[in-house]
Amino acid sequence: MLTLHEVQAGYGRTTILHGISAEVRAGEVVTIVGANGAGKTTTLRSIAGLVRPTAGRITFEGEEIGRMQPHEVVARGITLIPEGRQLFPFMSVRDNLRMGAYTPAARARMQETLEEVLDLFPRLRERLDQYGGSLSGGEQQMVAIARGLMARPKLLMFDEPSLGLAPIIVRQVFDVVERIASTGVTVLIVEQNVFRTLSIADRGYVLENGAIVMSDTGAALLRDDHVRRAYLGI
Amino acid sequence: MQTFLQLVINGLMLGGLFAIISIGLTLIFGIIRLVNFAHGELLMVGMYLTWIGTSQLGLHPYVLAPPVVLVLFVIGVLIQRFILQPLLDARDAHVQIFATVGLSTALINLALLVFGADLYATPAPGVREAIHFGPFRVLIGQLVMFGCGIAVVVALHLFLERSYLGRAIRATAQHRAAAQLMGVDVRRIYIVTFGIGAACVGLAAVLVAPLYPTSPTVGTYFVLTAFVVVVLGGMGSLHGAFVGALLIGLVDSLSAYYIAPDLKEVVIFGLFLLVLLVRPTGLFGLGRGSE
Ligand SMILES: Nc1ncnc2c1ncn2[C@@H]1O[C@H](COP(=O)(O)OP(=O)(O)O)[C@@H](O)[C@H]1O
Ligand SMILES: [Mg+2]
Repeated sequence: MLTLHEVQAGYGRTTILHGISAEVRAGEVVTIVGANGAGKTTTLRSIAGLVRPTAGRITFEGEEIGRMQPHEVVARGITLIPEGRQLFPFMSVRDNLRMGAYTPAARARMQETLEEVLDLFPRLRERLDQYGGSLSGGEQQMVAIARGLMARPKLLMFDEPSLGLAPIIVRQVFDVVERIASTGVTVLIVEQNVFRTLSIADRGYVLENGAIVMSDTGAALLRDDHVRRAYLGI
Repeated sequence: MQTFLQLVINGLMLGGLFAIISIGLTLIFGIIRLVNFAHGELLMVGMYLTWIGTSQLGLHPYVLAPPVVLVLFVIGVLIQRFILQPLLDARDAHVQIFATVGLSTALINLALLVFGADLYATPAPGVREAIHFGPFRVLIGQLVMFGCGIAVVVALHLFLERSYLGRAIRATAQHRAAAQLMGVDVRRIYIVTFGIGAACVGLAAVLVAPLYPTSPTVGTYFVLTAFVVVVLGGMGSLHGAFVGALLIGLVDSLSAYYIAPDLKEVVIFGLFLLVLLVRPTGLFGLGRGSE
């Protein structure tokens, strides 16, 4: 479904990703784990079109998307739920969700999607008329995920969805990710919570200093000595 | 008391003028976060267009509103697309501001070249006639301007709140990258926004031309007040700018009478500085991207 081939990318003159190759197949949950600053966010931003790769190819369903503008990537069915929620602070939750369904295809089914999404996050029903910026961190993350779902993506990318949340909320977030995956949406997730992520992932890649150093099934990576030492502190 | 009330009416009418001139500037600042120093010159272009339409084609200025608004919209679109957008991709965003300063100078000199430095009065039958409400009087042209100011603020508000495009415009102002992730083509949003901002100035030009003579530097005369209105109103808040404009109109009118005509600008800018010191976000500002 999604293929990264020798992708290089960075900011200004600094190269962050030194030729990354990876693959996400339809229906999978794939994770990229790595330390702070390894380049996980940069990888997702490259796929989303927010960072332009300087070399290599990114293809989605056979089409080269590496040179596309972000809105063109979204129209192809890839949605990124960004690190740090990034809600529209002075818009109601309802309008934040409406913005999620901005592409013509998603807009046509907005009412239906909204009901589905509110069934997944019943708490948001009471918050619909509040400003996005006025919610708690956990609620904001729920809105961010719900907003991403409003686009009806084929591939949904999560960037550190559990960052800065209380443990009980973290569990809810992972439950939601699993439920989304079980509906057939392909998931690419980046997390600092390596244990939980590998537990729900079909496959994982380990990213260190902008290069993929290992890839295997989630279960195998959980047993791997290097992963256990470097990321699980065991 | 009667004098005072007439002064208040005059002040409100003057405020209506400031409001209609400031709306486009407020919109562009609020959404694109760009201080458009060529704003006054867009007004000037619109006023010349109105003058040509009235004096050469014999039309009433108000009839010219649709074509002038349309032409200014197109000019705004072209400016954003071919001057400002290429600079946005350049490294330093401040380059854009200097570009609008350059554009302003270029347009003034172009007007000097084409029309000379003379003042042109726009013929406008009926517009300068007064209506009497008991002992009070207002010019028809001022009343129309006031009404249009309110209408434009309401229309823009509804557009921004209710339509998909309007929501995308607000989203882009509040979080540009997040808007991109929703599938918004932010370049297109900026182009449309600049176009709408310029179109608002076009409407202002049609309404102002019958009341004030047109000259190459007419924009400079008005735009300083417009900047004060934008800042006072809360940097991008439309209704804030409208109330700010009325406030400045009132202060202008009252201080010219009760203090001294020569000192009214001192009073206005003194007030302006005071507001900035006490409330840096403006009188009605929520902060960045509030609207
Ligand atoms: N906007 C940016 N400009 C310059 N450097 C950046 C920017 N964003 C991230 N970086 C740098 O890129 C590297 C990788 O960052 P990132 O992809 O965010 O890592 P991760 O998500 O794995 O923590 C870091 O060294 C970071 O400092
Ligand atoms: Mg990151």
